[in-house]
Amino acid sequence: MEPILQVKDLHVSFQVKGGEVKAVRGMNFEVGKGETVAIVGESGSGKSVTAQTIMRLIPSPPSIIRQGEILFQGQDMLKKTNKEMEAVRGKDIGMIFQDPMTSLNPTIKVGKQITEVLIKHQKMTAAQAKREGIEMLKLVGIKNAEARFNQYPHEFSGGMRQRVMIAIALACRPSLLIADEPTTALDVTIQAQIMDVMKEMQQRLGTSIILITHDLGVVAGMCDRVIVMYAGEVVETGTKWEIFKNPQHPYTKGLLRSMPRLDQKKGEPLIPIIGTPPDLIKPPIGCPFAARCEHAMKICEQIDPSATVFSDSHSARCWDLHPMAREGGQPS
Amino acid sequence: MVRYIANKFFYMLVSLFILISATFFLMKAIPGDPFTSEKKVPDQIRERLYEQYGFDKPVYQQYLKYLGDVVQGDFGISMKKINREVSDIITGSFAPSLKLGLVAIVVAVIIGVSFGVLAALYHRRLLDNITMVLAVLGIAVPSFVIATLLQYVFASKLHWLPTMGFKGPLYYFLPVAALSAQPIAFIARLTRSSMLEVLHADYIKTAKAKGLNWIAILFRHVIRNGIMPVVTYLGPMTANIVTGSVVIEQIFGIGGIGKQFVDAISGRDYPVIMGITIFYGVLLMIARFITDIAYVFVDPRIKLSKGKEG
Repeated sequence: MEPILQVKDLHVSFQVKGGEVKAVRGMNFEVGKGETVAIVGESGSGKSVTAQTIMRLIPSPPSIIRQGEILFQGQDMLKKTNKEMEAVRGKDIGMIFQDPMTSLNPTIKVGKQITEVLIKHQKMTAAQAKREGIEMLKLVGIKNAEARFNQYPHEFSGGMRQRVMIAIALACRPSLLIADEPTTALDVTIQAQIMDVMKEMQQRLGTSIILITHDLGVVAGMCDRVIVMYAGEVVETGTKWEIFKNPQHPYTKGLLRSMPRLDQKKGEPLIPIIGTPPDLIKPPIGCPFAARCEHAMKICEQIDPSATVFSDSHSARCWDLHPMAREGGQPS
Repeated sequence: MVRYIANKFFYMLVSLFILISATFFLMKAIPGDPFTSEKKVPDQIRERLYEQYGFDKPVYQQYLKYLGDVVQGDFGISMKKINREVSDIITGSFAPSLKLGLVAIVVAVIIGVSFGVLAALYHRRLLDNITMVLAVLGIAVPSFVIATLLQYVFASKLHWLPTMGFKGPLYYFLPVAALSAQPIAFIARLTRSSMLEVLHADYIKTAKAKGLNWIAILFRHVIRNGIMPVVTYLGPMTANIVTGSVVIEQIFGIGGIGKQFVDAISGRDYPVIMGITIFYGVLLMIARFITDIAYVFVDPRIKLSKGKEG
């Protein structure tokens, strides 16, 4: 598959009083055309920072992009000026945020918030933009779109607002959609609807999607590939099946174990991952998961493991998976 | 909407009634009367005067008579300025006060909002700090102190602007500056804090993600939401400027309604005191009312009628 986005060795830090929080520490991944890639990980693992860095949306200062490349359609986003980025945002890359209740401007009519982006990027007249805007509202499944067009966000429910956000993000038919926890703030039933809308829009428009989430259920329903992040690093990546059926990294396994299951017996406790993620002001030299890992060995605390490759798509970073560790005959 | 306005109007009448009653009795409770200062009045003439103005009757009767007159739109005749009706005094002196007040309000809003926006954009940098120090000063220093300082510096020392009077554009600068200093400071602080909140709002990130340039974001998305608290402040600000002008007109010798008010109080000119009090009362109530209405236009989430959404 031809990659539309390549992130290479991305390092992003934030300057804070006590030093520098190294939020993203060497991210590498690709997104193919029309593909849906999920980035999962717990809060603070660097998912959102990565996503917002692609859009160059995090203010600098306090953020610093230490090194790396973000190639989108062959162009390095990190080398673009602000002006050039404005031409990309909303047009070639659309973005949806976590909380639809606050992501829309409360004092501007919903319609205008959609046409704004059309007028900016497609050079449409107000009338054309209005027609297109109503069309977008219909596409994302908003009934009575003509009347809804002239309403304010507070007249919409949470799910409806998220549909509007999708309409805004996709109005200019971007080739990449970044959805930053699009369903976290919604009811479970609404979540499913929103995911359906995204899937349908993707099929219609051929958009690639980066889905940032910590909800593995959402991942299973929607994605082709999964990237598991921990403490600013990719710890495991693979296709959806590889990750769910054959997880390799202890962190991925832990994540899957901690998820509630339908066939679970009543009263049976969930198994959490004990401990907390490391302080990223002083990240550990070794494997960042070592302190919480039940299989941790001496080497885990000393050297950060490199990736062990299982297939074209599946790899994980763990000493226990290293070929030399396996020789020791201790399957995990 | 109609019900809302009718409702408001009723409450306005009630507050007006309370205002009239309180002022009337307080005014009467103070010892002395309009004729105390004129020393050489023979007792007989004094009694005649009392009789003519009804001071010989019990206070409650005077009160009821006054209420009756007011309801009929008769505010009486000045006791000091011979044969001048109170309504004439008010209309005659209202023009300079209105001009001064309006200019001060406009100046306060424009300068206050601009400073607030700038301070928020340069948050925690030099410009922000300077603005906020000035704002604290502006709120803390009373307007009459500012007025005299301005007079001293710009009129008496530098001779750039006239000290007193109200005869042309140049005469506006000092009184307007003195009058609007406090509102400017207040609006600047209000705008700054609400702008800072808006700048960090999620929908600003959405606007950025749309690829809008910062000017479009600032004017279309930030400022409109950021100035909402300022709209709320318009009512109290009008009160501030109106009451402030009582002092300021005195200092700058402007023959406006504020000056008439002060003169009336020092001369115990009962009908004029009452008339101007009522006038100020109505003015402030209208300002409040306009503020409420204006809010609906600025913030679509607010509906005037209570209860369910229409």
